[in-house]
Amino acid sequence: MSEVPRELRDEIPSFDNEPGHHDHGTVDWTGLTSIRGAKSALEVGTIVAIAVAVFFGLEGILRLSDTPAYIFPKPTAVVGALTDDFWLQYGHHLWVTLQEFFIGYAIGSTIGLILAAVITQKPFIEKVVAPYVIVLVVTPMLALVPFLRVSLIQGVGLWPIIVAVALASGPMVLINASTGFRRTDLAKIALARSHGATTFQVFRKIRFPLALPMIIVGYMVGAIFGLLTAIGGEMVSASEQGGLGRQLIYFSSLIRMENFGAVIMIIAALGISIYVVFYSIGKRWASWES
Amino acid sequence: MVLTSFSGTAKIEIRGATKVYEAKTGSVHALHDFSLDVADGELVCILGPSGCGKTTLLWAMSGLHGLSGGDILLDGTPVTGPRPEEIGMMFQDANLLPWRNLRKNIAFPFEIKRRPIDHERIEMLLAEVGLTGFESAFPRELSGGMQQRASIVRALAPDPAVLLMDEPFGALDAFTRDEMNLLLMRLWSETSKTIVFVTHNISEAIFLADRVVVMTPRPGRLARIFDIELPRPRTIEMTFEPQFIELIQEIKRTVESGGRHTVEVE
Repeated sequence: MSEVPRELRDEIPSFDNEPGHHDHGTVDWTGLTSIRGAKSALEVGTIVAIAVAVFFGLEGILRLSDTPAYIFPKPTAVVGALTDDFWLQYGHHLWVTLQEFFIGYAIGSTIGLILAAVITQKPFIEKVVAPYVIVLVVTPMLALVPFLRVSLIQGVGLWPIIVAVALASGPMVLINASTGFRRTDLAKIALARSHGATTFQVFRKIRFPLALPMIIVGYMVGAIFGLLTAIGGEMVSASEQGGLGRQLIYFSSLIRMENFGAVIMIIAALGISIYVVFYSIGKRWASWES
Repeated sequence: MVLTSFSGTAKIEIRGATKVYEAKTGSVHALHDFSLDVADGELVCILGPSGCGKTTLLWAMSGLHGLSGGDILLDGTPVTGPRPEEIGMMFQDANLLPWRNLRKNIAFPFEIKRRPIDHERIEMLLAEVGLTGFESAFPRELSGGMQQRASIVRALAPDPAVLLMDEPFGALDAFTRDEMNLLLMRLWSETSKTIVFVTHNISEAIFLADRVVVMTPRPGRLARIFDIELPRPRTIEMTFEPQFIELIQEIKRTVESGGRHTVEVE
């Protein structure tokens, strides 16, 4: 009885008439957030020791070689520059960048998520929309900022960069969340249906949780691209209020490399914060997958 | 009323069930003119090789999909969609939701039905299957057998009158499968549910069933019904007795001949 040809085996019946709409596999979540965190005191100690060694090693080399600050600023000078008149030189600009980032990201990611949930309902819509999403994903949106600065009615202010951040983060959320929503597990949907679930209940209790790990990945990639676009946009065409990106240009044009390094440290801290936030979200809401 | 006149004895009536799938390569005749009555409180096993349409039949009985022809009646009324108050369904593998712990997996049917959770019954069932204390565990933390037991609790918790089981123990090793079969028999004798159990394992079918219904490969038709008159409660030792082995051989011959021989005789 085991010699039955493959094509004669029981097909699991499908709910729609569209064949070939199958599970797209699990997410390799590990690559993004599940790098095994340092646990033991030895591991943490070693990590800190390396950071200290790099910091003071660099300091020592730069002092011994008497390298001028415009070639490479000393780490201690960078830290010193960071605390020097913080609000005017950095704090205000950090606030500007954060506003652009958060408003743009909130708009872009929300639209991306809703669109993903909608377009994956119908394969036809998905296929039609896909090329446009790809165009949005591969186009560096920060290149649009000067254009938006001229063409938007509110040519001044934060809006051109907010729009660019939304355009950069939205498609990232859209493309990843779509992959998530495409993962249909017929047995689990059938389970819900057998208990009398409505289409909305199937979405809320099965499709959404199944897609959640990919949605979180999308939000994380979107956040990183959004931050990149905000900083890059400011470097290309900042508002009169400035921003961290404009400060980079400003300090480098004055060859104030200590201050330049301080801005880089703030931007790096922002990036690390994004990673930490999504690492904890992933651990909390998507750990069942890893 | 003519149709329902049978329902005095039969819990489920299948009348000439036929199912044709429209695929790209042409239509596939999965089920052809299949009829069967299942009595209230009976345990029927539907046995057949892969591709004989037994899953198709079970899904149609559960109302998860329709038929191309024929009727399925539950308590005398046609099944046209899911009947969650009367039918509980168990799927291939445990089919637990990996993002929910056991407690929330078992509460799932109540959530969908918007019914208050029957904590007392759930606790009783968990104790019955030996899962007390594992309520907070996630499926990936449990063995295959434990997952399957949780799946049984989930199916029984809302107390459906009919349990439809689609090769639920197919992925388990032989020892765990025996254990699950014994557990199912015990729960069945205590709750007097009507169970339709689909399997491709002959020995499992004989061990569990009041009747074993053998199906032919595609198109799935009824080959023969075997009445299993082994005494209950049944034990694993019975599966080694000559009477049991003989039944296995006879059913195996029926499966292999596709029921042609026996159908002609009848």
